[in-house]
Parts: sequence; structure tokens; C-alpha cells
Amino acid sequence: MNAPIMTINNLKMYFPVQKSKGKPVYVKAVDGVDLTIHKGEIMGLVGESGSGKSTLAYTVMGMYKPTGGQIIFQGRDISMSSDKRPLSLKKDLQIVFQDPGSSLNPSHNIRQILELPLRVHKIVKREEMERKIAQILQMVELSPNYMYKSPASMGGGERQMVSIARALATDPTFIILDEPTSALDVSIQAKIINMLLKLQQEKQLTYLFITHDLSLMRNIATRVAIMYLGKICEMADTVEFFRNPLHPYTRMLLSSIPVVSEEEEALKPEKVISTGEIPSPVNVPPGCSFHLRCPEKTELCFREDPVMLEVSPGHLVRCHAYQKTAGVHVA
Amino acid sequence: MNANLQPASDINIPSFTARFKEGFRKKWYKFSRNKLSVAGLVIVLAIVMAAVLAPYITPYPEHAGKFVDYGNASLAPSATHLFGTDIFGRDILSRIIFAFRGALLMAVLVLAIAVPVGVFLGLLAGYYKGSLLDTIIMRVTDIFLSVPPLLLALAIAAVLEPNLTNAMIAITVMWWPWYTRLVYGMATSLRNEYFVTAAELIGASKFHILFREILPNCLSPIFTKMALDVGWVILIGAALSFVGLGEQPPTPALGQMVSDGTRYMPDLWWMTVFPSLAIAVMILGFNLLGDGVRDMLAKGEHDHE
Repeated sequence: MNAPIMTINNLKMYFPVQKSKGKPVYVKAVDGVDLTIHKGEIMGLVGESGSGKSTLAYTVMGMYKPTGGQIIFQGRDISMSSDKRPLSLKKDLQIVFQDPGSSLNPSHNIRQILELPLRVHKIVKREEMERKIAQILQMVELSPNYMYKSPASMGGGERQMVSIARALATDPTFIILDEPTSALDVSIQAKIINMLLKLQQEKQLTYLFITHDLSLMRNIATRVAIMYLGKICEMADTVEFFRNPLHPYTRMLLSSIPVVSEEEEALKPEKVISTGEIPSPVNVPPGCSFHLRCPEKTELCFREDPVMLEVSPGHLVRCHAYQKTAGVHVA
Repeated sequence: MNANLQPASDINIPSFTARFKEGFRKKWYKFSRNKLSVAGLVIVLAIVMAAVLAPYITPYPEHAGKFVDYGNASLAPSATHLFGTDIFGRDILSRIIFAFRGALLMAVLVLAIAVPVGVFLGLLAGYYKGSLLDTIIMRVTDIFLSVPPLLLALAIAAVLEPNLTNAMIAITVMWWPWYTRLVYGMATSLRNEYFVTAAELIGASKFHILFREILPNCLSPIFTKMALDVGWVILIGAALSFVGLGEQPPTPALGQMVSDGTRYMPDLWWMTVFPSLAIAVMILGFNLLGDGVRDMLAKGEHDHE
């Protein structure tokens, strides 16, 4: 495995909501996440809405100043807000947002949008700007004819390609993809995914791919992490993750993937009925935060929050069922 | 996948002039769909032309200044004096056309100062929402907005020496907060848009974010408000001059002419009626034009290039 490009240590991101009885109340959107991402991998970060996966991404990008913990990127501590980060860092770390409608300025044309990163980071001279932008557009398989179009005149898929092109314009090493395909048609999703994979290969990029689509992760991610209420509850290499899911929540998610054929059904873990909804991150239940929905909860789960445990090399799980008897499944 | 790449000869990027012409054609189409807007444009152009060319087109240009001809005083409208003459024998039509100059100058200067100031403060306060800067700017704005506009202008103009410049200062002082409010509301929502975040994360300067990312998306409402405000500035200017706080005699001003005429109502009705009509037509023209500008800049569903 390659060297780590990003290490996240015990990252916490709390947002104050209101005060009750004089004490501030916080939304614990990210609550103690440890994550190491290696160079050249596609790390899949999966979770339900409200699990804190986007907040994690935004905190890594510096949109918020973390409440606690540390983010190390290429050997530098970047646990600060983006205002305080050096420009060279912004060149290496980029993000593609979920909604291509609002991530492109409606009053700019495509050329103006793609010119910004090139100008800010002084990548090409003014005379070469047009040629470079044409080149970037071709990289994402868009015709240079699009240069003077407005985002409003383009389809969602094309807009998302422009967003990707903008993220790639500075030649970054690490790109966060925040549900880049969930706002798009299925047919366009495939196109975007294929293009992202091709670019990742060509440019040796590292992706942190945020999604709620587990079957997509099975096809493209090298590792998968599951997030629940601001914490990672299971993390493993993709093959291991789908072959041997350990956490009850993971099994619940996997068994809820809709499938068409019997063969596919056989690949899934035995049926676990999904119950309940993700609780509010303001009022995190005591003990294991998943105990309200867990089919295998014990009395211990109400009292104590489990810690992350490496059950087999590279396979981490945070569940009491594996605490004492590592590697053996005692349900 | 390279099959999708276009050969260089197929690249068809329209030239700047072509894009400009195309944009203008669309804007004109939207504007001209409403015949009233076109009527407004015609009225405004006619008034502007008349004001600019006043010394050449008015029948008695010398009547705009210190001029007395008691022989022709208080004449009713006739072929020689279309709108009649006042008690000093001055041609009312000539004086109205000269009065357009002051009214237009006032509207242009007031907006040229009030709009940039108001917009800049609104952008700053909106982008830094929640900061001390926001609080200071918006509370000062609120103080100005809480006083009825005409009253504030009257108070300021009354403290200063009565003349056109001071009337303009008074109106400018009461005008900028409206633009600050307008832009503030838009900037506070725009700053949370992902395209602003994307620019921040790329490392763009604050100048770029305020003036290149946020401002262009506020321009349509700003221009629309400006076009509609021209009429209002003229009206308030006329009100100030009506109470004697604008342009001083013998230089003609519309409000002052109306005010002078009221003393001789109803016998010399033309002294009041025609300047009043001039004010009404001028404001009507600018309001119709403003509606057209609003239609032109509105983002419709067919607004794709």
C-alpha cells in the first residue's frame, strides 16, 4: 500500500445550536473520526443523510474550523479554516460539490469559471488562457465550443463535468467528491463515474468519494468506510467489506440494497430488516449511538460506547460484539 | 474515449462582437415586447434630447434666466406662447425645457453617487454577515431608513444653503440605504451558494468574490431599481424645489414653477398646470422605461443562450 496522503486524527466538528439552561447545545456532526487515506486510492465514505459525511468533507476542505482533532495532508497540519491555509495547499486539495446547479456561477460563462483557478494559481499566461481552457474542457470530454456558454444552457451532467474540470484545473493531488452523481440521471452517472476513474488513473489522483450508494462503491472504491452519527463504524478494503461485513449497521445497509436477480440476492448478507431512522445528532443516544436500531444489542450497548478495533488487517469495526473476541462473530 | 475530442477545425467559438450582438438582440426583444416600455423609452429620449439641445430648440432661450417683459406678462397659451407666459412675461414652455436640465442632472448625479456607495456597503455587510462590520453598516442603514425619506431630505436641505447642489446632497444621503438593503439581502443568500464556496476554496481574493462572484448576480435588481428610481429622484427634487430648497430663481426648476403658479390659481392656471404636467410626463416616462428594464433583465425560463 502506498504512503498516506491524508491522516485524520480524532476529528471533531460541533456546531452550536441554541442554549438550554445556560449551557450551549451542539450538533455533533463529526464526532471523533480517525481516517487514513493512502496515495492513489479511492476511499468510499458511505452514510445516510445526516451521518456527517459531507461535514467531514467540508471540514477537510477548510470550510469550517474543526472543533477538535487534526488533519494532516502531505505532511502538513491543515486543521484550520481555509482563510488561513496557504495558497499552495488550495492548489493540491479540491472538491466537487453535489449540486452542479449551484456550484457554477450563473452569471459567468464556462470560460470565466475555468479561468479562475488558472489565474489565481498563475498556471498559464494570459495569452495561453484560451488554449489551456480548451484543453481542460477536452480532458472532461466537453467540446471547446462550450467555452462561451452559460451554465444555465447546459445539462446537469455537462455542468458537473465543468465542476470536475474546475477542480482539476489546478492539477490537484487529492479530490473530494461529495456525491458527485446523486443529482444526475442514471445514464449520465455512469458517464461521469467512468470519466472520474479514467482521470484518476491518468493523473494518479486520490479520491475521497462521498456517497450513499453502496453498490457504486463496490465497483469503484478501493476501501469503504461507513459513517453513522458522526462516527465511522466500519472500515475495510472493498472486497473484504462486501464479503465479510461485521457491523450490524453495515449488514443492515447491505441487505437493503435493492437487487433484481436471485444471484445478486445470494451475494447479500442474510436479510436484516432496516428499522428506525438516524437520530438527531443534537441528542446522541448514550452508549453505542446505534443501539436504538441494532438488532443485536446487548445490555452493554446502552451503557458504553464501543471503540474502534482492528479485527483483521485493515478491517476495523466499532461494535461491542467484537471487542473481547476479536475476529469471531458472536451475535 | 478520444473519439469525442473535436478536431481543431471544428472548434467554433463565436467572436466577441457576435456574442455581443446576439446578447443585445435578445435584450431588445424582451424590452420591446411591451409597447408601453417603448413608449417610456421614447418619452425619456425626447426629454433628454430636449434638455441637451435646450438653447437651440426652445422658442425663447433667453427667458430661462433673468428676463422681464411686462408687456407680454400673464398671457394665456397661444400660437406664440404655447404654454403661455408667467407674470414676468417669460415663456413657460422654454422654462420647462430648461428645467428638465436640472431635474435630469440631479437624477443622474444622485444615482451615480448613491448607488455605488449603497451597493458596496450592502455587499460588505452581506458577505460578512454576523460580523461587527455587518452590525455597524446595517444599523446605520436602519437609522436612515427609519426616517421618512422626504422629511430627511427636507431637513438636510434646510440646514444647508438652498441650491441645486445641496438638494442633490440631501437626496443622495437619503438614497443610498435603499441600495444597501437591497444588496444586503441578496449577498447574504448568495454567499452561501456553492459557487462562492468553490471560489473561496480555489483561493480567490475577497475582491474577486465580492465583485466578480456575488455582484454580477445582484445586477438585475440593482439596474431595475435604478431605472425606477430616476422618476422618484425627480419627484423628490421637485418637492424640494416646490418648498424653495432646490434651484433658486431666476434659474427655472419644475417644482419652483409649480409653486410660483399656485399663487395665481385659477386665473393664470397655465403657470401651474404645464409644469405639473411636465413633472408627471417625465416620471411616467422613466417609470415605463424602468418596467421595460425590469422585463429585459428578468431571468425567464427561455433565458438560455
